[in-house]
Amino acid sequence: MGEIDVLKGKKEIEIALVGNPNSGKTCLFNDLTGARQHVGNWPGVTVEKKEGRFEKGDKSIKVIDLPGTYSLGAYSEDEVIARNYIINEKPDVVVNVVDSTNLERNLYLTIQLLEMNANIVLALNMIDEAKNKNINININALSDFLNIPVIPTIATRKEGLNELIDKILSISNIKPKDGFIIDYGKEIEEEIKKLTGIILNYPEISKRYPVRWTAIKLLEKDSYIFNEIKKTTNLETLSQVERSRRYLQEILGDDPEILIADMRYGYISGLIKESVRKLQTSEERYTISDKIDKFVTNRYLGIPIFLLIMYGLFQFTFKLGAPLTDLIQKFFDFTGSWLSNILTGIKTPEIIISFFKDGIIGGVGSVLVFIPPIFLMFFALSLLEDSGYMARIAYIMDRLMHSLGLHGKSFIPMLLGFGCNIPGIMATRTLENKNDRLITILINPFMSCTARLPVYVLFAGALFSKNQGLVIFSIYILGIVLAILTAKLLKKFLFRGKTSPFVMELPPYRIPTLKGVFIHMWEKGEAFVKKAGTIILGVVILIWVLSHLPFGVEYASQSSYIGKIGSFVSPVLKPAGFGTWQAAASLIFGVLAKEVVIGTFGVVYGVEETGLAKVIQQNFTPLSAYAFMVMTLIYIPCAAAIGAIKRETNSWGWTGFSVGYSLILGWIMAVLIYQGGRLLGIN
Amino acid sequence: MIVGKKVFIPLTMLTIGRKGIIVNIVGGEGMRRRLLELGFAKGTVVEVLKNDFGPLIVALGESRMVLGFGMAQKIMVEEV
Repeated sequence: MGEIDVLKGKKEIEIALVGNPNSGKTCLFNDLTGARQHVGNWPGVTVEKKEGRFEKGDKSIKVIDLPGTYSLGAYSEDEVIARNYIINEKPDVVVNVVDSTNLERNLYLTIQLLEMNANIVLALNMIDEAKNKNINININALSDFLNIPVIPTIATRKEGLNELIDKILSISNIKPKDGFIIDYGKEIEEEIKKLTGIILNYPEISKRYPVRWTAIKLLEKDSYIFNEIKKTTNLETLSQVERSRRYLQEILGDDPEILIADMRYGYISGLIKESVRKLQTSEERYTISDKIDKFVTNRYLGIPIFLLIMYGLFQFTFKLGAPLTDLIQKFFDFTGSWLSNILTGIKTPEIIISFFKDGIIGGVGSVLVFIPPIFLMFFALSLLEDSGYMARIAYIMDRLMHSLGLHGKSFIPMLLGFGCNIPGIMATRTLENKNDRLITILINPFMSCTARLPVYVLFAGALFSKNQGLVIFSIYILGIVLAILTAKLLKKFLFRGKTSPFVMELPPYRIPTLKGVFIHMWEKGEAFVKKAGTIILGVVILIWVLSHLPFGVEYASQSSYIGKIGSFVSPVLKPAGFGTWQAAASLIFGVLAKEVVIGTFGVVYGVEETGLAKVIQQNFTPLSAYAFMVMTLIYIPCAAAIGAIKRETNSWGWTGFSVGYSLILGWIMAVLIYQGGRLLGIN
Repeated sequence: MIVGKKVFIPLTMLTIGRKGIIVNIVGGEGMRRRLLELGFAKGTVVEVLKNDFGPLIVALGESRMVLGFGMAQKIMVEEV
């Protein structure tokens, strides 16, 4: 037997993690897979797809982290993705992670998984917290009742992990048992029977979807299944669905969808009675989490505390980032001169030396030195997210957002935009109202992302060395103010209408695990490093080439191609105080990725030992530098963000609007600041 | 809303620390479904933890939910 045969025999096991938001699913995923994770997108959509892998004995197990959802309906993309994955890919085992302190609601999802005939292991997570709260769960009873294995776990301490893995392996080759049935009562059952009868006539449906589940989904008016049925069956099926729904509505007096959900809750509450005992204790109703909330969500203290935390976040990012940036800068300076000495020593042609010195080190190097503040920013944002404070911000900001016609939930995508606008734009999916979502997408680019940070750090460092932190903070604030004003304008003129309903869960505060925060930080920061190695490198090389052409021209002079491109646009920028062709070229190419703004300066000024900061000091006044930073903040979202706006709004019109509006607004703001400043006698 | 001798009031009428049993959710299908998924089922006890300005914070079993004022207005409870 050759090696190939052995490999063939070793079938890979595929498991999927499913659970409510805040059930500890992500923590469990990290426990299982460690650093061996891959983050991508689900085909055709921008929902994040996380995959990982681990080995146990001679088995290799692939883990898919499905989006956290409360239900498996067809109301959000996340839900459809999760359930299509389970139905179409048929993972060997579905690990349903539930929060033990919150069994009732968490089991609602479990019930739906059971109805889909998935092969389930229930991970009863945070069992320690349930014990602390005197919730006594009879694991055997729960397991017998649902007829699935139940394993208590504490993901934050990796407890129960081995038992869980053993159970996963032991049931991985068992065919999922069907036969889990909730009795929905005589009337509903009869209609289910009618529909299953019809569905069985269509093998293309009954082979793909569990039959009873499909019938229930039709009664629930599930839009996704509705379309599937429409495509493959004749009209008679749909008219039967309509008849059944109307009939049930008449005799039971409510929407079948609501009736079915009520029945499921009824089933769960019976189950809870059998298997859970909550010991009443003396009036210890308020948990530590509630005590913190009393303070943090206080009417008067809430916003000051929030601002204090944000200020701390910026201080942390910049104070800690600056010396690290200097260190990397020194490394590149040293490498640059060392390389150029060696190359000169071996009589390398001038052009190749220039490629490495000006192009690679000058261009990409000037961007890479900002790794520390960018990673620190992501670290701090992950801390806010993992601790549970992020959800409180939505509550605190609700009042302010309400005056804009949005609600507090819209603030979270804005905050995430400080890291990167793309996840910010993607996070708007949690908003149910379409118009709210569109507004939140369109204002997101004004939230200053980490890619723009290098520009601020460089410019503020060069010209505002004393008030560097304050100057950068003011740019961030300006972004928020413009986002708010834009939202207000959009709401007033384009999307009139009521504020949409607002409901969200406040997860209990948790001390974030260092590992979790690091993984989060790395997931996001990694994209920056990759970008530096791909798009930024590519653009920088392009700029370097354009600086050398046409042949015989002096490197990066005004008569080079890059000089000509920049000169063409620079007159427009003159009223804003930065009418040089170098500034114009950097802004033009900066649209591809905002880091390129710095990269371009690095290439065209050919940073020698003097360093980029010196060059900036020679070419900008504090006033024009400030105007330039403002321009960089506002003008045109980067190419990747434009792509995200297009995908999420699904409209070229709104994408075009975003580009045009931000360009004009950026220009106006920069000119206002420069000219206004001059009038006031500032230089 | 008065049914028999029992008085049903919107959740927003409960002050901090008071509890109510959910008896009905008035409102569109979409909103009711959403609330059900999050655990606001009939017969469930909710306790108001915050009801001073803007959205309410309520305890639903062990979980804490933020509910917009308009949404809370549509949840009818019987005070206990």
